[in-house]
This record gives sequence, C-alpha cells and structure tokens, in this order.
Amino acid sequence: MIRVQKQDFDLGAELAAMTQGNHGIGGVCLFVGLVRDIASGEAVSSMTLEHYPDMTEKALTEIEAEARSRWPLENALIIHRYGRLEPGDNIVLVATASAHREAAIKACNFLIDWLKTKAPFWKFEETPEGGKWVDARDRDDAASARWVEVGPAFGGESDAAE
Amino acid sequence: MRLLYFAWLRDKAGIASEEVNPPSEVTTVADLIEWLKARGGGHTEAFADPAIVRVAVNQEYAKLEDPVAAGDEVAFFPPVTGG
Repeated sequence: MIRVQKQDFDLGAELAAMTQGNHGIGGVCLFVGLVRDIASGEAVSSMTLEHYPDMTEKALTEIEAEARSRWPLENALIIHRYGRLEPGDNIVLVATASAHREAAIKACNFLIDWLKTKAPFWKFEETPEGGKWVDARDRDDAASARWVEVGPAFGGESDAAE
Repeated sequence: MRLLYFAWLRDKAGIASEEVNPPSEVTTVADLIEWLKARGGGHTEAFADPAIVRVAVNQEYAKLEDPVAAGDEVAFFPPVTGG
C-alpha cells in the first residue's frame, strides 16, 4: 500500500493496521525518515518537499511491487509526506511484514534505498544563508545499486526463535 | 505535448508547465531537449548540464533515445531527493 500525503502519520496506528488479523506475520520492520536540523554543517529551519503528484504514486507502486516479487511479504506500506516540514517531523514511513524476519528487514532496506533514487520528490531547505535545493547524493545511488545483484533469497526457516 | 518542470529546473526555465508543438523532426527526448535549449533564455540555462536532468514521459522514467509524440506528458527534473 502506498500513501502520498501532506499530513503526519501515527506509527502505532499504522503498525496495528499492518498486522491486524494476520497471525501468519512473524516480523515487521519499520523505517522512519525524519527532518534533521543540520545539513552540510548549516542549520536547517525548514524543509519543503515538492513532488510530481501523478508520478509519485506510480513510482512507489512499482517499487512496492518489485519488493513483493523479490521477497515473500505478507504486507508492505510506504507513506511519503510532501509540503513544508520542520526539524523533527516525520518525512517517510516504510514498513514490511513477513512470516520470518529476513524478508521483512531486507525488503524494508531495499524499499528505502530504491525510494531515495526513484521517487519523484525534491527537497528545498531553508538555512540562515537562504534557501536551496538539496543535491542528490552519490552514496544514495551506490546504496540502491547494491540491490541490483541480490536475488530473492529469503523467506525460509532461518531461525526458530522469531 | 505537455511539458512539466520541477525544482530548480522550473526556477531556471521560469515556468512550471507549458503546451508545446515541436516540429515533426523532434521524435526523441534528446531532440526535444535540443529544441527547448534553442529557445534561449531560461530554457537554455535549465538544460545547460544534461548530466543532472532527468526525464519522464507519461510518468515513466525515459532515456534520451526514447520517443516523444504529440499528446505525451514530458517532465524534466533534477535527480530526486525524497525519502
């Protein structure tokens, strides 16, 4: 499931909704991205996220489908906010649920790495020096590239103590 | 053909969107960018460094050699920084 929205999300409520009624789920992995108050040594007073509305839903849906094809997931959720945010605010939630932990953890990691290089959002930061667009980082491309070789390897009996 | 510009590409081009009717020789993304650059002003500046311009045609990432046609929606934007 994909949601692109301005408003904040409630982690507890989203976690409960992910697992409700499905007792085949043995593990849930959550990643939350937050606005920091410092970027490249400068204080950030606000961050505004611009997005390409029609394409964000499409891109996130494709990324989720990719994760589901690689790992046996019981559920997956991506919530990405847009608009003006302040330090400490939630930006993005990626949550994955599976029978065993490896698929949930790997898929969650994959989703946030790919989202960072594929999802059409752009950040504008306000600092004391003025406002500027954030540059994409080589290490995000590198992080997402490492998933290209990894095949769907999990979902099995890796550990009895789940 | 509908064109959209995002982030600093929009700031440099000076517009967020426009309808264009390129000549029939413009058949690919690369052709379209060259045609837009030739208009001068903000468009030339926006496309000055092609290495940092990303393109989507009908909301799917596109390469320079991909086709564009009347009725398409073509978006130009910097490398994404979401997440």
